[in-house]
Amino acid sequence: MHLAHYLRLLHRSQTALAEAFREIRRGHPHEPDMYGVCERLAVQCRDQARWLEPFVRRYEPWTSPAQEPERLHQPLFAGTRPGGLGLLRDLHDLYLLVTECDIACAMIAQGALGARDDELLDVVRRCGGELAVQLLWLRTRMRHAAPQALVVAS
Amino acid sequence: MPEPIADHGGRRTPYGPPGGVERLAAALPGRLRDALPAEIGLGSPWPVRVDTFLDEGVTEADVDAWVQNVSATHSSGDALDIGVRDGRIVGVRGRAVDRVNHGRIDPRDRHGPSTAGDGVRLTRPMIRQEGRLAECDWDTAMDTIVRRSKELLGPPGGWGRLGFYTGGRLLLEEHYTLAVIAKAGIATPHVDGSTRVGDATAAAALKASFGADGQPGSYTDVDHCDAIALWGHDMAESRVVWERMLDRRLGPRPPAMIAVDSRDAQVAKEADVHLPVRSGTNIALMNALLHELIAGNRVDAAYVARHTIGFAELCRVVEAYPPKRAAEICAVPAALIEQAAEILGSCERLVSTLLPGFYRSNQATAAACQVNNLHLLRGMLGRPGAGVFQMTGRPAGQHARETGASGDLPGMRNWENPDHVRELAELWNVEPAAIPHWGPPTHAMQIFRYAEQGSIRLLWISAADPVVALPHADRVRRVLESEELFLVVQDLYLTETARLADVVLPAAGWGEKPGTVTGADRTVHLCERAVEPPGEARADLDVFLDYARRMDFRDRDGAPLIAWHDAESAFEAWKACSKGRPCDYTGITYDRLRGAGGIQWPCTPSTGHGAERLYAGGRFATDPGVCQSFGHDLATGAEWGAEYYHAREPRGRAFLHAVDYEPSSEAIGDGRPLYWDPVSKQPIYSVATVPVTPDAATDAEAAELADVRGGAGADGVVPVEVSQRLEEV
Repeated sequence: MHLAHYLRLLHRSQTALAEAFREIRRGHPHEPDMYGVCERLAVQCRDQARWLEPFVRRYEPWTSPAQEPERLHQPLFAGTRPGGLGLLRDLHDLYLLVTECDIACAMIAQGALGARDDELLDVVRRCGGELAVQLLWLRTRMRHAAPQALVVAS
Repeated sequence: MPEPIADHGGRRTPYGPPGGVERLAAALPGRLRDALPAEIGLGSPWPVRVDTFLDEGVTEADVDAWVQNVSATHSSGDALDIGVRDGRIVGVRGRAVDRVNHGRIDPRDRHGPSTAGDGVRLTRPMIRQEGRLAECDWDTAMDTIVRRSKELLGPPGGWGRLGFYTGGRLLLEEHYTLAVIAKAGIATPHVDGSTRVGDATAAAALKASFGADGQPGSYTDVDHCDAIALWGHDMAESRVVWERMLDRRLGPRPPAMIAVDSRDAQVAKEADVHLPVRSGTNIALMNALLHELIAGNRVDAAYVARHTIGFAELCRVVEAYPPKRAAEICAVPAALIEQAAEILGSCERLVSTLLPGFYRSNQATAAACQVNNLHLLRGMLGRPGAGVFQMTGRPAGQHARETGASGDLPGMRNWENPDHVRELAELWNVEPAAIPHWGPPTHAMQIFRYAEQGSIRLLWISAADPVVALPHADRVRRVLESEELFLVVQDLYLTETARLADVVLPAAGWGEKPGTVTGADRTVHLCERAVEPPGEARADLDVFLDYARRMDFRDRDGAPLIAWHDAESAFEAWKACSKGRPCDYTGITYDRLRGAGGIQWPCTPSTGHGAERLYAGGRFATDPGVCQSFGHDLATGAEWGAEYYHAREPRGRAFLHAVDYEPSSEAIGDGRPLYWDPVSKQPIYSVATVPVTPDAATDAEAAELADVRGGAGADGVVPVEVSQRLEEV
């Protein structure tokens, strides 16, 4: 039984994501729209991580920490970069990080089906819905920024 | 400013609502109404009262000519005549024939924006030489701008190096001409204006609920209504419409009145129910009101089933907001919420108006959408007495949005819809790829951000003074002072912004140029030139046309891109652009407006009348081929995209948006600023007053307003009256 590994993976990714949203907010203080949205999404990610904690505890007894696969956690975001192109790259990294959470959610949802755990299924589906909006927002924001950052800025 | 009742020496004109037959007649389309017998009163019963304000010592007999115009101080669209004597403006008089004001005017209209004393107006262009502004002739000024524009447009991505920022003084023809220059001539999306500061939320909420911008209601709804709800709107600031409401309140069968406002506003004293909700909690209140309507079975079930999408989800969300819970969140007694719900649930014809209390607050677009929801749930749209006014702040706000000068493509077109882009390309005879449609037009704060980062190198500011009007003046000033930025400022006076310019262009003001203005209830008014502009000052339209000619913008057959040459031909060009869109102007001409009252859009040649109300019969502009936007997530601004929109099959039904209350993510009232500017070490309060996406910045705004109102300040935090600073002079 490795469900707890995956739950921990998701938990860590969401915690990292919350911190990444905050870092981007701090790293780009002059962007007119970053503050409100990033803060909101950071809170959302932190809440998601909290929702998972009871399930990590629920499945831990069946999982040995020693069995955790190598390189389960890969850091995807390593700090902000300045400027228009920097913002685009930061949002790009964030997009990958959210995708990581999103696909982990999808896998855990499959696991929850196998474990007949409706409660877990409900939680990861809620997470999945919120992550989908996060992806849409990042995509929207990057699409708007890309022409100026890639073609105009010197 | 004296109270308006006192202004008019108690000349109130109380009146009652028209009878049932007249109300039925008012619901008919204009051309059917023309066929009715004359004994059925077709006009508004609001009595005419002509207000005249003349300079001291001047009598009506002294006035040489009265020249048709419209108020330049606010967005209501009060029609007036300018009194001229010896080539000078000596007074104003309300136009009795006009549907908006029936002769009344706001005393503030006497002092239009360009009537300050002699000697302070700009009369000659100026150009910066060795660090100082020196007068020059028009050729020198325009050639300098054109040379710089061409240099910047040369290398790849040149379009992104030019940006335009406009203001509330520009007329429709000027906004449209600028939009074509920017979007088809230079092909840049960087056009926006101060008009958006007050309007972004209104436009976003209208598009989100009904598919397109444009007020559903008409001011004549005040005649017919039996309840008025003022959502965060100190209506008393809009003098003439407020007088209309007060006259109804003093007449027989007066409408009930609800005011939701955290401020001690004037309307609060008049209202039957005043809900002084805690700042930033509008959503909780709205959800509770909707909860009461649904729980009390006050919903027009047939209307909701036939004409809306999303009722089940709305029920699910508002279920969690009984008045008791909302009372705790909003800090108002539950009984007051129930009282308001009782009025809203039992009235038959409701007029709602919204302004800053809702727009510049936490979850702004979502809250404005809940007012739309209220009207949708009760089927209170598209018939006499039932209307929503998502009001605008500036005289030019409405037509700036329609013409594509702030936040949208011209003709209220959807940048995500390839057919809409193709329509514009055909109209202008340019390649569709030349029209920037990879994203929404760049919003004002982003334009300044690009200028700050150095990717916008030429910024042309017309009729606006952002150094004074935008929040965080020192940062705006720093951006505009930059050596890298070539700044063009076109204005009446040497404003704070103009002092920083590389080229200053003297512009004509109110009463000095012809054109049209579209008011908040879609009424189009004609402005005629009453007096000549001082010195060499020119109409903004003439400046833009001159620039287009010198830049030699061409269409794909080599003909001039801009084929019009004056205000009337520009209006005709705009009519062609508006054809077939919700804001169809094709039936309006200068001749029809001249000497008459204003005409509402949509107005096609076949009807000859403007449509008084939008969405009669519950048919909304949400069809994918018509709608102005495919929608956003109201909390983040994420775009849903065409595929998702099509999948919802709106088919002309309106969207009911359900949103949970979320406290602002900022700690409200603890005095923390939004964030600290790392350079100046000053708190930045309001860089986000124009959200990139409808709601992206509203949490931040709420926090800043709360900070300001709460007066709690951390060390070094200077409370700024944001709402005041956003109002340009």
